[in-house]
Amino acid sequence: MRELAYLRPDDVGDAVAAVSGNPRAQYLGGGTNLVDHLKLGVTSPELLVDVRRLPLDEVEEVAGDDGPVLRVGANVRNSDLAAHPVVRSVFPAVARALLSGASGQIRNQATTAGNLLQRTRCVYFQDVTTACNKRDPGSGCSAIGGYARYNAILGASEACVTTHPSDLAVALAALDATVVVQGPDGERRVPVLELHRLPGDRPEQDTTLAHGELITAVELTAGRLTRRSTYYKARDRASYAFALVSVAGALQLDGDTVTDVRLAWGGVAHRPWRATVAEEALRGSAFSEEAVLAACERELSAAVTSEESAFKVPMVRNVSALVLGRLAKEDR
Amino acid sequence: MTELLPDPVPAQAMGTAHLRADGPAKVTGLATYAVEHPADDALHLWLVQSTVARGRVTRIDPGAALAHPGVVAVLDHTNAPRLVADDPETTDPELLVLQDDRVAFRGQIVAAVLAETSDAAREGAALVAVRYDAEPHRVELRDDSPAYAPESVNPDQPTDTDDGDVEAGLAEADVVLDQTYRTAYEHNNPLEPHALVVTWRDDPDGPRVTMVDSTQGVHPVAATLAPMLGLEKDRVRVRAPYVGGGFGSKGLPHAPEMAAVLAARTVPGRAVRMAVTRQQMFALTGYRTATVSHFRLGARADGTLLAIDHQVREQTSALKEYAEQTATPTRMLYAAPHRRTRHRLVELDVAVPSWMRAPGEMPGVYAHEVAMDELAVACGLDPVELRLRNEPEVDPETGKPFSGRRLVECLERGAELFGWAARAPEPRATVDGEWWVGSGVASATYPTMTQAGSQARVQALGSGRYSVAVGAVDIGTGARTVLAQIAADALGVRVDDVDLQIADTDLPMATVAGGSSGTSSWGSAVVAAAQLFRRDHGDDPDAGVHTTASASQSPGMEEYATHAFGAVFAEARVHRYTGEVRVPRLLGVYSVGRVLNPVTARSQLLGGLTMGLSAALFEESYRDPRHGHVVTQDLATYHVASHADVRGIEAVWLDEEDPHVNPMGSRGIGEIGIVGTPAAVANATFHATGVRVREIPVTADRFVD
Repeated sequence: MRELAYLRPDDVGDAVAAVSGNPRAQYLGGGTNLVDHLKLGVTSPELLVDVRRLPLDEVEEVAGDDGPVLRVGANVRNSDLAAHPVVRSVFPAVARALLSGASGQIRNQATTAGNLLQRTRCVYFQDVTTACNKRDPGSGCSAIGGYARYNAILGASEACVTTHPSDLAVALAALDATVVVQGPDGERRVPVLELHRLPGDRPEQDTTLAHGELITAVELTAGRLTRRSTYYKARDRASYAFALVSVAGALQLDGDTVTDVRLAWGGVAHRPWRATVAEEALRGSAFSEEAVLAACERELSAAVTSEESAFKVPMVRNVSALVLGRLAKEDR
Repeated sequence: MTELLPDPVPAQAMGTAHLRADGPAKVTGLATYAVEHPADDALHLWLVQSTVARGRVTRIDPGAALAHPGVVAVLDHTNAPRLVADDPETTDPELLVLQDDRVAFRGQIVAAVLAETSDAAREGAALVAVRYDAEPHRVELRDDSPAYAPESVNPDQPTDTDDGDVEAGLAEADVVLDQTYRTAYEHNNPLEPHALVVTWRDDPDGPRVTMVDSTQGVHPVAATLAPMLGLEKDRVRVRAPYVGGGFGSKGLPHAPEMAAVLAARTVPGRAVRMAVTRQQMFALTGYRTATVSHFRLGARADGTLLAIDHQVREQTSALKEYAEQTATPTRMLYAAPHRRTRHRLVELDVAVPSWMRAPGEMPGVYAHEVAMDELAVACGLDPVELRLRNEPEVDPETGKPFSGRRLVECLERGAELFGWAARAPEPRATVDGEWWVGSGVASATYPTMTQAGSQARVQALGSGRYSVAVGAVDIGTGARTVLAQIAADALGVRVDDVDLQIADTDLPMATVAGGSSGTSSWGSAVVAAAQLFRRDHGDDPDAGVHTTASASQSPGMEEYATHAFGAVFAEARVHRYTGEVRVPRLLGVYSVGRVLNPVTARSQLLGGLTMGLSAALFEESYRDPRHGHVVTQDLATYHVASHADVRGIEAVWLDEEDPHVNPMGSRGIGEIGIVGTPAAVANATFHATGVRVREIPVTADRFVD
């Protein structure tokens, strides 16, 4: 049996100090991912700092520079956030993304920050008898040349070809959310697009957070665009499956002209993939399905696929057309 | 003990709805499953599995494990108790656990750790250092892999059959279909993993093994393990009071059970407890081989079949042969003068395949029924009509009359209930918003079997109550409920007056809950015992008198070809943008003799339909050719149908009884629900999209471009 210490502080500063002071400490939120890893031997911390007693479970509406801001505490449960009336009406992409994730039981347990910090479900990452650079740096990547159906097609490296599993993160990426981070030296704000990173030669590092930094809240700025947002997750099984691909989109039209657009993709990269090339191509142009497909083709010209992952290119392009097409219908 | 041919039983309780007898205990958590069984001072066992697919264990260092607090012992091939392996009749190579240094597949048991706690056992297992001399392995079922003809296919059917001249039939045909169909590796994945609590005692009169096991047959477990342990069967007592599913994977004991018994032998008097993990189930408890079916159908322009040629390639394990009987349903499903079936096996360095719900019938009928759908398109015929035109008068394989073959009625009734007449004849003809919509049909069949050897005991308890005992196992099918109904009718009493005892080798011999034969086999024995009891002891017996009997096989089983039949109809919607497939409607119409309990029977059939839907769209075990093991080894990556995938689903049956197979008039229903369903769903996706996918699972990427 492996012994580990367990702390359940009431104060954010105590929690941050405890993890910062021990390189083998980890935060425990809802535990829906970390507890699996403990059992599988993917990770073996010597200290778990349970954050669930920290006062981080409120959803608040506050004033911001660019409009009203919804500040979501890190411990707000996925199911509570999805059901929140402001989220449903002002940030529908977020509500839909949350409800497309996991199962009812897991959403009742999983937290907002934990969702963002969940780790890949790559089968090799979770199987300690196989090589994985993310789990065991330098050991190699078994997913290259192996089970590739869920592999990345954008931004992968020779060290890692996996995808980020979160649905919420994709919606937040489309809506330019910000995460509030508490470190030993104080608080900082990180755009959610800069939270997750591409694997490069350090795939063991999922995010740009330093060890001990704690996400305390997620902030969403409301606007006309966020109200015209939605999320679609494509998957073989209708529920309880990670995305083959997913798309979060937001669209603002003036007549047929695209005045603003957001497009973020899940299931294609090591982080939520903001399709900025496609957005740029669409902005100011006449909206049509063909235009969306063409814009996505430009974004996807950099895609690298294997036989098993090649379907993701047409699929994410089509789902983008589906998502923006649905929003265009709402807008008209 | 007497064997007699039971008389038909007038149905009173049989055929009426009775809620599952063990339902309240199960949903309130009071039902005790194997690993939950209380045992004082039990030790825990954890398995160490090989990390190479082929080779030899050169060194095992248990030092770190033994030094870990709580670890009691490490078993490996150098110190494990020896098994009896000199009799090929009783030696199962899969069960020769820790007997030598050979590694035959990745995930094989190479050591096992006994500890005071589960945590210590698990950590101890991680600390056992194993070195291997690895050898090159072959783990892929490829089109060019060398293959051989087994002596027979499961359970003991001919490998090949030839009737007429297939090539001549194909030459004469106006329409020839020549296609290959593939099914994926699948793992049974019952909800409850394989688990047991076992104690070995060195009693003065010899060793005695007692175990609570999660199994489909307590007597078969004892009969299989005992000779390899050098014991008489009656020295091994096995109980299985509650079992959370098996789907064939608990039909016979697997290596983990033997490992636990060996471990128990090293600590006489102490219980050993073990539950196999979900990941270990993907290596150690059986699975369905992938299959490749090459079909050639020759037909006249009007759809009448002239030739049927079904050649199968599938995989077996180098450790132990298992030959899935994939082409056997092809031998009897439709009429044709020229017919040929072949089975060829590719031997690989992989885990041992085994039974999975409707072995043979599921993959074989999938292939046949997609081929029939393609033939219907080629002939310009409605797929229901094509099947009606190829209905045989007698069993094409044996020439015997069928005990009842109402496939035509199943198809016609299903077509009516489903609204088949409104179906567009052309594929890719119906769009509903973002979805292509289509429908498909397939026939289903499963052999009706009664296994010899089951016995039952009836004892008067006084006051009009009776104890009825049979060593059968209810794996969730409802056997506990249905056997009481059968016993009540055979004795002429109320169901409440029957005290049914099952699931213990101390009770009379009963065959495995498998082959859709359980109710028929055990029920026949119960009827025989009840009827003999009445003959010997009358209608007002003294308390305590008892009778044990077995049933001789109904002569109808020899005179007739006995099979269950069904027709499955599916509606599929395929998303025009994403290719996602959803099945809003699934209907099965069955001819299964008398339905003994409509409540539990409906669950069996709906469960089979659901598992067939799951096979059609989701289930696939991915074996990594570099490593040799299945890497999609949990329920997050091995997808089974979720609730959201099962929408409109309905099972109905014809009102009938089959007088030829058993005294209850019933046929087996445990497996037919999965048969045909994958083809019906796959055919519906073709009708929706015009895209023909010739393998299952039919996944979204097939329809995206």
